[in-house]
Amino acid sequence: MAEILEKVKIEEKEPFFGPKEKKLLLDPLMDINPITVQILGVCSALAITSLVYPSIVMAISVTLVTAFSNFFTSLVREYIPKQVRMIVQLVIIATLVTIVELGLKALNFPIWKQLSVYIGLIITNCIVMGRLEAYAMANKPWRSFLDGIGNGLGYGAILVIVAIIREILGKGTLFAGSPVEIKIIGNNATYLIDTTTSTMFGWYANNNLMVLPAAALFIIGILIWIHRTINPKLVDIS
Amino acid sequence: MNLMESSNKYIITFIIIMTVVAAVSLAGMRELTLSASTKNEEIFSKRSVLLTVNDYLGKGLNVNDLSDDEVLKMFNEQVEQVVLNINGEVVPNLLAEKIDLSVEKKKAEADRLLPLFVFKNEKEKFYILSVRGSGLWDEIWGNIAVKSDLNTIAGVTFDHKGETPGLGAEIKDNPAFPGQFIGKQIFKDGEVAVLVRKGGSQDKTYEVDGISGATITCDGVTEMLQRGIAYYLPYLETIEN
Repeated sequence: MAEILEKVKIEEKEPFFGPKEKKLLLDPLMDINPITVQILGVCSALAITSLVYPSIVMAISVTLVTAFSNFFTSLVREYIPKQVRMIVQLVIIATLVTIVELGLKALNFPIWKQLSVYIGLIITNCIVMGRLEAYAMANKPWRSFLDGIGNGLGYGAILVIVAIIREILGKGTLFAGSPVEIKIIGNNATYLIDTTTSTMFGWYANNNLMVLPAAALFIIGILIWIHRTINPKLVDIS
Repeated sequence: MNLMESSNKYIITFIIIMTVVAAVSLAGMRELTLSASTKNEEIFSKRSVLLTVNDYLGKGLNVNDLSDDEVLKMFNEQVEQVVLNINGEVVPNLLAEKIDLSVEKKKAEADRLLPLFVFKNEKEKFYILSVRGSGLWDEIWGNIAVKSDLNTIAGVTFDHKGETPGLGAEIKDNPAFPGQFIGKQIFKDGEVAVLVRKGGSQDKTYEVDGISGATITCDGVTEMLQRGIAYYLPYLETIEN
């Protein structure tokens, strides 16, 4: 504890956005990625990654909610009674999620329709609660905010990678449902690779397993494996 | 920095203040967005009604390319709204767009009201029926446009509250699924025969292919169509004669 206090004193003299802040933003993308290293938020990563477009909207929403709940919790962290700490955090998260949902409903109704259940489920996303407990309760608002953004982006990055693999292999499209829908591989001339005429990919049929949540588990497993092979120091801390 | 054990009085005061702040900000947000989201919802449901007759709008028009105002204008000019009771009689002075099937579903069967939209172009009249049922996670609903022969489907749209994207949600997201219904016959010997068949349709006149990985949602669609369209049978019989 004394160490942390000392650190805080030194940090007060540092610039508004120094190397430490940069580290807060970038570390969750690789070294302490919430999904592949902290193994948080896996449940929603399995559920919504069958298409890229909803995954992106989900990633943005989670980033906003993590950032602002971190910020507000950090603001009131010294006043929160210890016994009801979790309840207070939940109320903050739930309020923010509802605000995001109402905003989305007014601004972009079709996407709200598409994501409706999952927006509500951000409340139960362990990343949000995990960062509040692990970081925001012990750090200043601005840093907590950056930590929230970083972790939201780290979560979003994995979400989008998994969704790209699943959507191309499972449905043969990319960004389906959005204005820029691209057809990659399929059995008619509107696709980039037409499997009825292509000599190289004529054997290919869309893999229905990829559409099921189980496929996301395999892909996330493989991502964790690759991640640990590239960065061996992760193996020890797990 | 350390959290203190607090007195009950402090905890209760803190919780009350927090609750008030959360409640006020949520109520404020809702007030701010209410008019925009109600309008969005209205346009969205009118769009989905018009989408069932997308092929018959004329002049190469497509509902998805129309602006919100154009949708409202077309709806006002070309769609007649009728409300029916369960015996197929027209209930006067009610607008079909005000009928909420999720509310009607909770009433006793004899008291239910049915919305009916009649779309007219230069040549033909289309009867657009609304149905509602259950998918895997939550409610699903849809509109079915019937041609003036009262048997052939001109188009359908489906929607859902919480089906899984990529699986059950394909009934709405993948235009190929509702597209399969175009041209199918509804009635066989006076009963609703149109259905979604797991593993591929067999009788092409009445059946469409199911979605793999979404069997329960597809069964829900079949159940919804067969029960929902049957409610309109008395009315369809009266206009046929």
